[in-house]
Amino acid sequence: MMEMTAKSKKLLHAQVEALLRKVEHFNKTEIENLILMFNTLMAEQVSRGRPANGLKRGKFRGVLQGTFEMTNAVMMDGVFRSFDKDGDGVIILEEWIRGLSVLLRGTLEEKIKHSFRVYDLNNDKYISKDEIFHMLKHSFIKWPSEEDPDEGIKDVVEITMKKMDLDHDGLLSYEDFEKSVLDENLFLQAFGPCLPEDTTIEKFEEVVFKEPEQ
Amino acid sequence: MGLILSRAAQWTSSCKLESAPLNEFLVTQVLNYVENFVSRHPQEAEHLFEEPLQWTTTLKKVDFKEDYVISAIGAKSLEKDSEGKPLLQYFPPFVSVRTISQLSKLLQLAADRKRQELQACLEENRDLIAKIVGQRLVNTPEENLSALELDIRVKLFILLKHIDEKILNKFVGEIAKQVKLLPAAVEEEVEFLKQYCTEGGKRLLKSLRYTSDYEFPNGCRAPPWRQLLGEICYVVIEPCDAEALYITCCSAGVFLNAGLDKEEDESLYERQGDFYEDMATLLKRVSPHFEKNVRKQYFVEQKPRKSIHVAHVDYEIEKAQPKTPEEREWEKVQQALYARKKREPCQRWRNLGVLSIFGSDEDLMMSAAEKKRLGSKTKVTMKVGLTAASSIGLTASQRRRSIVASLSEEHCSESSSESEEEEEQTERRPDTSTELQSEYWQVQKLVKYLKAADQTATVLVLCAMMDLDLMKEVIQLAILDLGGLELLLNLLDTTDIRSKIGSLKILAKISQNVIIRQTIVNMRGLQRMVNNLDLPVKELQALASETIAHVAKFRRARRTVRVHGGIRKLVKMLDCFHYSAKPGEDMEKNLEVARCGASALWSLSKSSKNKEAIRKAGGIPLLGLLLRSPYEKIAIPVVGTLQECASQKNYRVAIQNEGMVKDLVKNLSSDNEELQMLCASAIFKCAEDKLTRDLVRSHHGLQPLVSLLSKAENKQLLAAATGAIWKCSISMENVAIFQEYKALHMLIGLLTDQPEEVLVNVVGALGQFAQIQANKAAICNGGGIRALINLLNGTNQALLVNVAKAVGACATERDNVAIIDQLDGVRLVWSLLKNPNAEVQASAAWAICPCIENAKDAGEMVLFLIGGLKLIIQLLKSPSNEVLTSICAVIAKLAKDKEILGVLSDRGVVPLLAGLTNTTDDRLRCHLAEAIGHCCMWSSNRACFGDHGAVGLLVSYLESNDNLLLLNTTMALYQLSKDPNNIITMHEEGVVEPLVKLIASGTDEIQEFAAGCVRNIRLLVLANQRAIY
Repeated sequence: MMEMTAKSKKLLHAQVEALLRKVEHFNKTEIENLILMFNTLMAEQVSRGRPANGLKRGKFRGVLQGTFEMTNAVMMDGVFRSFDKDGDGVIILEEWIRGLSVLLRGTLEEKIKHSFRVYDLNNDKYISKDEIFHMLKHSFIKWPSEEDPDEGIKDVVEITMKKMDLDHDGLLSYEDFEKSVLDENLFLQAFGPCLPEDTTIEKFEEVVFKEPEQ
Repeated sequence: MGLILSRAAQWTSSCKLESAPLNEFLVTQVLNYVENFVSRHPQEAEHLFEEPLQWTTTLKKVDFKEDYVISAIGAKSLEKDSEGKPLLQYFPPFVSVRTISQLSKLLQLAADRKRQELQACLEENRDLIAKIVGQRLVNTPEENLSALELDIRVKLFILLKHIDEKILNKFVGEIAKQVKLLPAAVEEEVEFLKQYCTEGGKRLLKSLRYTSDYEFPNGCRAPPWRQLLGEICYVVIEPCDAEALYITCCSAGVFLNAGLDKEEDESLYERQGDFYEDMATLLKRVSPHFEKNVRKQYFVEQKPRKSIHVAHVDYEIEKAQPKTPEEREWEKVQQALYARKKREPCQRWRNLGVLSIFGSDEDLMMSAAEKKRLGSKTKVTMKVGLTAASSIGLTASQRRRSIVASLSEEHCSESSSESEEEEEQTERRPDTSTELQSEYWQVQKLVKYLKAADQTATVLVLCAMMDLDLMKEVIQLAILDLGGLELLLNLLDTTDIRSKIGSLKILAKISQNVIIRQTIVNMRGLQRMVNNLDLPVKELQALASETIAHVAKFRRARRTVRVHGGIRKLVKMLDCFHYSAKPGEDMEKNLEVARCGASALWSLSKSSKNKEAIRKAGGIPLLGLLLRSPYEKIAIPVVGTLQECASQKNYRVAIQNEGMVKDLVKNLSSDNEELQMLCASAIFKCAEDKLTRDLVRSHHGLQPLVSLLSKAENKQLLAAATGAIWKCSISMENVAIFQEYKALHMLIGLLTDQPEEVLVNVVGALGQFAQIQANKAAICNGGGIRALINLLNGTNQALLVNVAKAVGACATERDNVAIIDQLDGVRLVWSLLKNPNAEVQASAAWAICPCIENAKDAGEMVLFLIGGLKLIIQLLKSPSNEVLTSICAVIAKLAKDKEILGVLSDRGVVPLLAGLTNTTDDRLRCHLAEAIGHCCMWSSNRACFGDHGAVGLLVSYLESNDNLLLLNTTMALYQLSKDPNNIITMHEEGVVEPLVKLIASGTDEIQEFAAGCVRNIRLLVLANQRAIY
């Protein structure tokens, strides 16, 4: 970790105190470490022109890919959208900490909200069949070449929709989604991996949350 | 019962059921179902019939007891419908009933005439089902039924239809057994096999010929007097690798006979080996060459024959083609040969409408895999036969039954209970092709998606699969046949947790199917599940162990889990209190993991090696810990495991030492009958030990056990509770407490109309209760003795042992013997000596002792039993010490009667007794000495004992410290010392010194006999001296 001036130490301390009150699941040291990580990432971010006030999409995707082993572009964009609460195209420190608190330590309910935001591609508060199809369209990897894979995918979308669309309006509302997940946990990541695996979390915490060396 | 009556039963012209064995079989089956119907479907059993069933009954007014009002003209039931009409009315000679429960009650009243009653009922109500549920419902098409299902009448109808179908399936098997060989079929086979007697590579046999060239007009070659026995012809076959075989073909099958007599050149007819259904099967058994080559060739070369309709179809399909139960791997040959034979049952089957069930042409649509499975399935069906036909759904109750059935599981080895389980599969599933269609395609589609899908889509497809009715056999088997099972198992090898969880959720359900279970084992599925047990994902652990619990229902599966280290991992899962950081949600998950782990261990613990493995892995203290937890759902598998393992001493000691008796007692009062049953069963197995019995008492467990006796409906529970009472009543302190809760009265009430596993225990307990004086009279006066003596006619050996003990205990009361004798009890007990089981013999002999002792005139009573004394003498040659001991005791009692002693002596009792004197068993010595002492009273017996060398050995008995043995020995020596030669022998053996010691120290009686003996010795010495001087 780079040398810190007294001033920056003070700033850090203030940030930690502020965030500690706003975000659940983390303790002081953990928040501190995450802030430092954020700062490092910000510093690495090559910026042309005016420096950005938060992590940009590209840098964030790099983190998801490198640290959380996500590979699916649609999903990574979704997670970015879920983190970026105010939709301004960058992830500021508070969004960073809040997002990670869900990813790493979130309750089931928090995770359901996260997943829903990820899967709601156009941010209209509903997941439509088209959105689902878009997310699943490459999911058949060993399909017989002479057959049209879209047919199969469409059928899977149809079956899943039938099961999850509890109010039968042809769209998945948040309520539909939440009830379905509570009924069958496997639906939490129904349309793609948008949460890190337990083992990945463990690894991440091991590296990032180690006690600062005195 | 519509189908069976209209199609299966054979009717006479006067609308009666012919007295054919098959009809008898049918009536028995229907009877079984009617009798069990009330307990299985109480609600439906109370449903009012649309029209009463009426028939001519043989019952009399006196037969109607408590629940009926008897009037001048007849009788009617107290139970009435909502309009106040009685549910049963009886106007001689007609009776009419309006519910199944009344019908079943009536059959109970009819007692031994119940078959007759039921037959009359069936005969006079040919349209039985229509009367019960109404003609309209019967005509309703099947598909409309499901919509109506809520209606109880419809439920009843569907139930009846199911029963109808089940009986029909069993019936089909019954017919198949009766298929007989015909001369033509034999001839065809001979011709067929002759083709393969040629030289060259495809040679299967050296030669084959008839013993006689003359063929009778009826196609037989056997001489007429042998034809009477069903024999058709004799064949001599020389296989390539064995001596010539002489084979008799008769209508029941073919077998090896004794071969040709060189001089007379006539076949010797005696059967030398087992029956086989045809020559090929027999050859396959005796000639490895034949077996090896026949497969290669038949299927390659088989040419179409006139009578074969399937010869062109390829082997795979062929193998499973006709689903007749007599099918074996051999069916190709058979089909060629026995087309005629086969057509016989087929015609009958077609009448039954079952052929479509078993599949004919439309089956060709099914995949080859399906075929193969069906083929193998029918094979098994036929091997185990019909007897074991039990439905798959019964597994749980079977398990429970086996729990209470035998205490000494160690002895009867694991295989006995396990083979039973493998027989589950005999039930043929009634899937019709229409039903198959839509669901089958559905499964096929999903399996196809599953093959193609990535992780995300896999989970979605799995979720879709979970929405199918996975408990339905059609679907289970479709998943198997279409390769879905393999895919599901493969998912367990991946790293994707969610796919694994989804897969296991499905596997946990479909593994309730026997065929799926076996396939899972064959596909190494258990290994893969075991591998997932130690991943740190609780849901995964729980699901994997739940599935293991289902799969490990047969021995090979249980062994597989053990060999792959599954037991250690499962035991570790029990440790849920250990690492619980947070209470609440986490704890609940841990408990669920522990529950599933315990369920798996419960299944696994049926094998004795697994019991040992669980113990070694440290399972006992963990089970004890869980038992103490307040969660009922976890207690069930935990107690289940414990009571299964309690067949081993290690566990019984641990249950005692770890304070588990207290928790077992506590759970006896749970509201869950299964848990109560398991706890009672555990106590049953552990209470052999005195300390455990005391613990049950001190934890107030005796009263709850007694209150379980009132649950007469649940037979498994009743069996376990009575078993526990039996074992606990070995301690007399416990009997006293049982008495306070009126257990004796309730037990006597359970002596009739109970299954054997209950009776064994009830009678065992009564035997213990009868150790107390007052109870002996209570048992006799309460009608108990009559019921007990009735049970002496049974065949269950464990039951006979206990009945004999109980009767013996009652007979120690003088007044009771007269009653027992009057009820023919003495003769019945005596006849148990003929039973081949040593334990039965011994307990019978022990029971005979007090009967003789307390009989008014034992001599008359015994001499009246023809052959009775001969039996006693025969049993003196038994290899079992217990039998010998008991028989010696009987002889000691018998010999008190001079007349009987005379007969016994004539039959050579003396040398036999003398021959036993070299035993080292103190109990035997004791009763033997007593018998010898009493047998001395007859003419030359004293000298005779001496001649057979009994005297010297008896002297050595004096070294013992056992007072009773000393008493009997001194008594015998005193009697023997009345013969001078015996005195010389005794003296040589140094008898005087121990006798003198006994004069100084023994009890009064011993002193007296010892002194008497010394006196006799002294007198002889004096007489000798006098003679010399």
